[in-house]
Amino acid sequence: MKAKTIDKIATTIIVVFSLLIVAVLVGLLAFILVRGLSHVNWSFLTSVPQTIKAGGGIGPQLFNSLFLLVLTLIITIPLGLGAGIYMAEYAKPGRFTDAVRLVVEVLSSFPSIVVGLFGLLLIVNTFGFGFSLFSGALVLTIFNLPLIVRITEQAFRSVPKEQKEAGLALGLSKWKIITSVLFPVAIPSIVTGTVLASGRVFGEAAALLFTAGMSTPRLDFSDWNPLSPTSPINPFRPAETLAVHIWKINSEGLAPDAAEIAAGASAVLVILVLIFNLFARWFGNVLYKALTASKRTG
Amino acid sequence: MKFKKPLLMFCTLALVAMLAACGNKDEGSQGSTSGTNNDTAALSGSVLAVGSTALQPLVEQVAQKFMADPKYSKIQVQVQGGGSGTGLTQVAGGQAAIGNSDVFAEEKLKDADADKAKDLIDHQVAVVGIAAVTNPDVGVDSLTKQQLIDIFSGKVKNWKEVGGKDQAIVIVNRPASSGTRKTFEKYALGTSTEDIKGSIQEESSGTVKKIVAENPGAIGYLALSYLDDKVKTVKYDGVEATVDNVKSGDYPVWHMSICTRRASLNQKLKHSLITWLPMKYKKVT
Amino acid sequence: MKAMKEGHVQIERSRSGKFQKHHMEDLIGRSYTMLCVGLLILIIVSIIYFVASKGLATFIQDGVSLGDFLFGSKWDPEGSQGTPVFGVLPFIFGSFATSLLAALIASPLSICASLFMTEIVPSWGKKLLMPVIELLAGIPSVVYGFVGLTVVVPFLRDTFPGQGIGIAAGAIVLSIMILPTITSIATDALSALPRGLKESSFALGATRWQTISKVILPTVMPAVLTGVVLGMARAFGEALAVQMVIGNAPHIPRSLFESTSTLTSAITLDMGNTVMGSVHSNALWSMALALMFMTFVFVLIVRVLERRNRI
Repeated sequence: MKAKTIDKIATTIIVVFSLLIVAVLVGLLAFILVRGLSHVNWSFLTSVPQTIKAGGGIGPQLFNSLFLLVLTLIITIPLGLGAGIYMAEYAKPGRFTDAVRLVVEVLSSFPSIVVGLFGLLLIVNTFGFGFSLFSGALVLTIFNLPLIVRITEQAFRSVPKEQKEAGLALGLSKWKIITSVLFPVAIPSIVTGTVLASGRVFGEAAALLFTAGMSTPRLDFSDWNPLSPTSPINPFRPAETLAVHIWKINSEGLAPDAAEIAAGASAVLVILVLIFNLFARWFGNVLYKALTASKRTG
Repeated sequence: MKFKKPLLMFCTLALVAMLAACGNKDEGSQGSTSGTNNDTAALSGSVLAVGSTALQPLVEQVAQKFMADPKYSKIQVQVQGGGSGTGLTQVAGGQAAIGNSDVFAEEKLKDADADKAKDLIDHQVAVVGIAAVTNPDVGVDSLTKQQLIDIFSGKVKNWKEVGGKDQAIVIVNRPASSGTRKTFEKYALGTSTEDIKGSIQEESSGTVKKIVAENPGAIGYLALSYLDDKVKTVKYDGVEATVDNVKSGDYPVWHMSICTRRASLNQKLKHSLITWLPMKYKKVT
Repeated sequence: MKAMKEGHVQIERSRSGKFQKHHMEDLIGRSYTMLCVGLLILIIVSIIYFVASKGLATFIQDGVSLGDFLFGSKWDPEGSQGTPVFGVLPFIFGSFATSLLAALIASPLSICASLFMTEIVPSWGKKLLMPVIELLAGIPSVVYGFVGLTVVVPFLRDTFPGQGIGIAAGAIVLSIMILPTITSIATDALSALPRGLKESSFALGATRWQTISKVILPTVMPAVLTGVVLGMARAFGEALAVQMVIGNAPHIPRSLFESTSTLTSAITLDMGNTVMGSVHSNALWSMALALMFMTFVFVLIVRVLERRNRI
């Protein structure tokens, strides 16, 4: 009888703690959204920020965050896929593979401030890319690459052995099997993982303060020449992302409505992450259905 | 120590002149140069100003005005934060054209780096007054220099010892590297202080203001542009911290905001710079 | 490309052409993936090289002794009383105290959450909690810091003696940030357990809690500890959120509610104000080097734990 009582107590504690986590998240979201959403409207999302006057928006910052993400993914995905495929398919167990795995683990847990400083020293100052989207994207690549490598490796490893063996039996080369048999099966998990990992790109501020810069030049959204300094898609212009903007106006904001702008921008950022999470799940499932003949389990 | 011109006007003019000058340079800026010095209408290119986050909003504002001027509309001015040290590093290294900071280049570049400072020219572009602020509930209206020294050196630990209510004092200081702290220590306290145990240190004015406003018994210091009703501005030796008092010389706690540029960059445009930039102001104390 | 390949095949048809084509394809694939791995190694080598070259300058160029640096408790980088003193013990203490406390708060919560998902209500527990955990992981650290400063700090100030700012506030904010790391690793370990293990325990008449505490938890302990260490590593390296709530006084605090500082917060606070190459700046780089060193230590601990897990 006593064991059953303890069992009940323990179960209650586990349930209460779990619900506490849900409550913390709900509280957090409510706090951020209630404070922020009242300030969010179309003109807030599209207009440029003001330094001293009230009524500034976050338009360029929003664009920068998304564009920086695209740039980062363009650099990261080919490299991450390559290294991940190597780890899953080519690497032989041994000292070298062990070392590479250690590198991936260390890279993914490096403090962002250290990587940011490294970016300032090498990419911004020594290579002379200056405070730019490109410098920011390179630094974010350092964070993102190990994640993508790990995601790719896991996705390839989880493909059933029979599929690979069938390919070998057909007389295909190993690379052919990787690209046309394993890759389509692995891609849904890779996409889901990548999109979830992108959340970090959105939220990162510490490393970008020193690399992508803390302000945005005036942008001319009719100018799509990537080399013009006012073009929004010029990768060598400085760019302040949404997370950096929140940091900046919290710390040195002079505008009378700085607190509201920070709250509004935080709400927008959290909603973006929310949309990303939902999109990742949905898109992963759609891809899975499109690329394979079976339903996804688990 | 008299200021004849309104401060903002002064600062705007100086910066506009500097930006015009820098718009024509290759180092730290990209773009083509066309026309001669006198023909400013043909200036084009981009100028990068990096440095103090406290000065950033001001420089951004001036940059906006500058770019709105049809004469300079082809010049793209980019203003970045990163801190005054980063600004000076980048100017000295040639990555940026202007470094914004709240201390003179020679003060930052000491010892081994002293020769780097030789090549840099400081322009004093604005005057920033700094006021001691407290939580509104401490009940103190004015503090003398000695009282401030006692508070910031940890001798006085309760507000009742300086005429306020019975409330422990919480110091909200700036980090040791901060220019604002150096100014406050030099001109308000007259001595440098150690970091007191239990004191709070924040680099950004916004955070200092938030903590002082919310934390009972807190005291800190802020640039005049950040003051409002959320914090109580205390008089210094009975003098109110206002722009007018800074101008008249009655209020001594202020520093120059500095825009630093490389000397070697500016041979061609010396002429237009000198005519534009009233560099007569020096700090005489 | 295709035409070229076909041409290639035709030429080589006489000899085992197919083999040649395979060989080429594989060579390209193998060298491309090797190249990516090489780049990964290049990145880490250059980070270590640059941070170390800057960080070691404090000891080599500026003649600060390593012992004074690591074990000195006085931090006076600008020399307010004469000569600058660089003792980073308070920062090291602050970093360890906040991340350990954060792990202490987060671990029981995370273990409960993963048990909830896998053992209590495996049918819908994951559907409820997993999105919550992922969202918590997605909230930016700037937002966490801001919420910490507006909610956690005033709450602590009103409830406990002190200013509310300090190790306790930092640890609370960090614990929420590292919760997802620990939870997802613990959940993975729990779901990977062989079914027989649990069923045989139930068959012996054990209650659920007896099964969890006597069978399941001991089995997954190394994996859970891996999660805890990885969470601590993240807490150790987090900068902006901690800096906003910790107070940043360079002293070892007398209580959990007194202002103190961590390695990361000191770097964020001072790095921008110092000129690269100065002693103060070099000392900050040395702190970054110390942070990097700690990352290695954490990863090595994880490796040891994983090895034990495999057995």
